[in-house]
Amino acid sequence: MLKDITIGQYFPGDSVVHRMDSRIKIILTVAYIVMLFLSSNPAGLVVGFLFLWLSYGVSRIPYKMILKSLKPVAPIILFTGVLNMFFMDGDTLWQWGFLKITREGVLMAVLMTVRIICLIAGTSLMTYTTSPIALTDAIERLLSPLKRFRLPVHELAMMMTIALRFIPTLIEETDKIMAAQKARGADLETGGIVQRAKALVPILIPLFVSAFRRADELALAMECRCYHGGEGRTRMKQLRLRYYDFAACAFVALCIVGVLLVNRFVPAFL
Amino acid sequence: MENRFLRAENIHFSYHTGEGDTPAVVLENLSVAIRRGEFTAVLGHNGSGKSTLAKHFNAILLPQGGTVYVDGMDTREEENLLNIRQTVGMVFQNPDNQIVATIVEEDVAFALENMGVDPPEIRRRVDEALKEVGMYEYRLHAPHQLSGGQKQRIAIAGVIAMRPKCIVLDEPTAMLDPRGRREVLRTIRKLNQEHGITVVLITHYMDEAAKADRVVVMNDGRVLLDDTPREVFSHVETLKQVGLDVPQATELSYLLRQSGINLPVDLLDDEEFAAAWQALMEVHG
Repeated sequence: MLKDITIGQYFPGDSVVHRMDSRIKIILTVAYIVMLFLSSNPAGLVVGFLFLWLSYGVSRIPYKMILKSLKPVAPIILFTGVLNMFFMDGDTLWQWGFLKITREGVLMAVLMTVRIICLIAGTSLMTYTTSPIALTDAIERLLSPLKRFRLPVHELAMMMTIALRFIPTLIEETDKIMAAQKARGADLETGGIVQRAKALVPILIPLFVSAFRRADELALAMECRCYHGGEGRTRMKQLRLRYYDFAACAFVALCIVGVLLVNRFVPAFL
Repeated sequence: MENRFLRAENIHFSYHTGEGDTPAVVLENLSVAIRRGEFTAVLGHNGSGKSTLAKHFNAILLPQGGTVYVDGMDTREEENLLNIRQTVGMVFQNPDNQIVATIVEEDVAFALENMGVDPPEIRRRVDEALKEVGMYEYRLHAPHQLSGGQKQRIAIAGVIAMRPKCIVLDEPTAMLDPRGRREVLRTIRKLNQEHGITVVLITHYMDEAAKADRVVVMNDGRVLLDDTPREVFSHVETLKQVGLDVPQATELSYLLRQSGINLPVDLLDDEEFAAAWQALMEVHG
């Protein structure tokens, strides 16, 4: 039933990667993406790929999870690859009417595909090893300098927290409403798309009504507990950087330097 | 020191239902005072204004006429607001709708974070509050993994972490099973007896009210009765007229008395009833 839905794709564990400061994990993920796009030749991407392989190994996330993370975006990867293959000028390998495949095209396609695969797998590793709530927390802290530009950072984070908090509650409620409507003879399982969509209306309306009521009561309860926005607020959990956070940063920096050196000194195949 | 801790003086409150409609009067010229350290139960059927009264005690609602004082502070004065909310904590009926965070200990810390307490002090008070309600082992759980009674105890922990002098509970056990009810009531009573926290318990369970120091019965926005449980529940007919029950033991002795058996009027629970019955049997042999 609906209860089996997991929030995010957190894969609980106790590896160094899991324990790392979530702020650092976000920053390093961004750095990793930059690294992938800096590498303009295959040797650089090999570095990127090895880095990915190592990180999955260290965090003890099974490698088959890489495939799982790629599944939803497979069409996009394929599309990018094919597009690159056909639309590059260069030495023609094969031609059929206006379609031609060039040597450069094939190389470019492979490069782009590997790049996107690494990018998706890399960002997935972050969500695999960080709980949604830790991510929210990290985003709030990382974005807090933007408060100066009137960006409601605290409010956004609070909204995300409340959404995460209420997902299980609302799922449970949906289950109940569905059972109640079925008991009254609602047919949710047969018919075409239109009919099924129509059958959802008597489930969604009570769900929305109750969500509004919940929101109202929650606001009241928050006010009773002295909530008055982010101003003057402290946090119980203080994030502290540990030696492995610095080590990880140093390692990623080293990899980026490596990629730049490879770009400079290893001849490109193009 | 002023002994009347919460003081409502001639307060008036009505809801506007819509354009042109006559406003629905909820509280009418109501005066009541709650003493420091007292355990007061407020009884009344639906729509008697008991929840509205509760919301006046921590400035969620402001009286349209009359004045409410919390520990000497006038609730209508804006600068008292945060101070009042720290002094009077409030627990609501639905435990699901008052838990904010996704982890138990984070939720208990919520009020303290809002108040800007130092992180190490928050940690200390959160642990203390969780131990107080017997939920320390669950501090890292997600709220949806807990039972109703446990969630309600978390809500209470979130309130007592503020170190309030008073807790107002608005039908905290209405959505719980009997076991959850017992857990919550035991917790409330402990806070009252061991820490001297003033408790205002709004309820429609007569047996909960019977164990209070004092019972206030409300009807149509007014105070109908205000006395010790023993005294209040001896007015069986008055209570029945306003659609309220009395505890089962009281009811039984009332019915027996009507059919001519000479039992006392102020029996509150099974044990008292049993004792009285035994005494009666011995007299009659």
